[in-house]
Amino acid sequence: MKLIIAIIPPHKLDSVKTALEDVDVHLMTVTNVLGQGRQKGVTEIYRGAKEAGGLLNKIRLDIAVNEDFVEPTIAAITKGAHTGEVGDGKIFVVDLAQCIRLSTKERGSAAIG
Amino acid sequence: MNSGDTAWVLISTALVLLMTIPGLAFFYGGLVRRKNVLSILMQCFIILCVISIQWVLFGYSLAFGPDFHGIIGNLSWAGLKGVGPIPNADYAATIPHSVFMIFQMMFAVITPALIIGAYAERVKFPAFLLFTILWATFVYDPLAHWVWGTGGWLKSMGALDFAGGIVVHVSSGISALVLALLLGKRLGYNHKPIRPHNLPFTVLGGALLWFGWFGFNAGSALAADGIAANAFITTNTATAAAGLTWALIEWWHNGTPTILGTVTGAVAGLVAITPACGFVNPMNAMFIGMIVAAVCYLAVAVIKGKLGYDDSLDAFGVHGVGGTVGTIATGIFAQKAINAAGADGLLFGNAHQLLVQGLMLIVTVAFAAIMTFIIFKIVDALIGMRVEEKNEIVGLDLTQQSEAAYTVIE
Repeated sequence: MKLIIAIIPPHKLDSVKTALEDVDVHLMTVTNVLGQGRQKGVTEIYRGAKEAGGLLNKIRLDIAVNEDFVEPTIAAITKGAHTGEVGDGKIFVVDLAQCIRLSTKERGSAAIG
Repeated sequence: MNSGDTAWVLISTALVLLMTIPGLAFFYGGLVRRKNVLSILMQCFIILCVISIQWVLFGYSLAFGPDFHGIIGNLSWAGLKGVGPIPNADYAATIPHSVFMIFQMMFAVITPALIIGAYAERVKFPAFLLFTILWATFVYDPLAHWVWGTGGWLKSMGALDFAGGIVVHVSSGISALVLALLLGKRLGYNHKPIRPHNLPFTVLGGALLWFGWFGFNAGSALAADGIAANAFITTNTATAAAGLTWALIEWWHNGTPTILGTVTGAVAGLVAITPACGFVNPMNAMFIGMIVAAVCYLAVAVIKGKLGYDDSLDAFGVHGVGGTVGTIATGIFAQKAINAAGADGLLFGNAHQLLVQGLMLIVTVAFAAIMTFIIFKIVDALIGMRVEEKNEIVGLDLTQQSEAAYTVIE
């Protein structure tokens, strides 16, 4: 079992979600987050005072998958979010020790899908 | 007595109330960080409560009561004794004296509220309260008497301030600067961005200020007549010109026009036209709007940064500087053809008026600055003006009022 964490620009959420549904990945947690990557945030101007280094709005997706869904999930997120520019975002894949579905009390792989 | 005049001044009174809450409260409230928004709303709200009482008890009598040597009213109208339905011809012959009193009350309310912009995000609530009461009593009331009260020495000299450029805006703006200097910068100022937490609030508040200002300026005619109409038109024209000019300057200087800049410019325009609105024609009002936007932009965006004082919400940069521009402009552009009760300015052959305006300005700046300094020192010694560092970091909403504006989880 893996936990896939993706950080993407807010305007890419729709295309990523569509691409994930195309490979049968429907379960995800989505959060609004702030961050900056190589594009280094934004500059905002308030009454003529320039304030650099403002963090950018980003979307974080948390998706738990079984081993055979790892590559399709990565491919789908990439398909939905890749433009080739800085600021496209990142995907992190980490090992997932356990997963418990609260309604049925199932554990492990059976609880993920 | 004229029922049309009375109705207009009563409506104008309600319009000027709207400027303090919710107008100014949301204009300022949106500009602070989310942890301090309630402190601003509370300060604006409680000022309306406190000064309304002060005005009835003795404030009105000090400002407008029977003159004592040109410097203050006596206390014979305390508790509004004798201030009833019969007009006072010295102030307004066609409306009840009590209507003039309540209209003036709203001016006394908004003036100390404007100062909030200077000490926002770092003042102790009890200290703010004591400062406000002392300032209203020892700065606003005497100054209102000098400029507007029958027998007031500046009024007797022929100084012109139609709706409060001097009494309201220069006095509060200068006091704001003194407070910002004495209180010091907010923690982290210059090191990390202190960003407005809700600009839509600020735009909403700014729009309500514009709306309410029709009562402030056109209501100051104290009659529903041609002078009120002229004040209404000059107010709108100057404000529009100032908002547009600020946006254009930003566009040229920074590459983008901003809504905060446009609203700020509009407020600067409202401030500058305030002393002039009943004395100038609409084309000169447009010119005043353009000038004040440029001067206030310079003060707020360029000079403030260079001098390094933390006038948090630009109470000085907009009201002090804008009021100064308006007071001088009145001495230049005023014309008797617009208002026979006024005077001709420099442009119409009367250089003397500019001199009188200049004198009034210097007197007001000196008086407000010295008195604010003294009141600050007294309150600071008694209570302490500034919150502890820990409380400033946590925010005034939680530490001064034990409440929070926004919940993260229901």
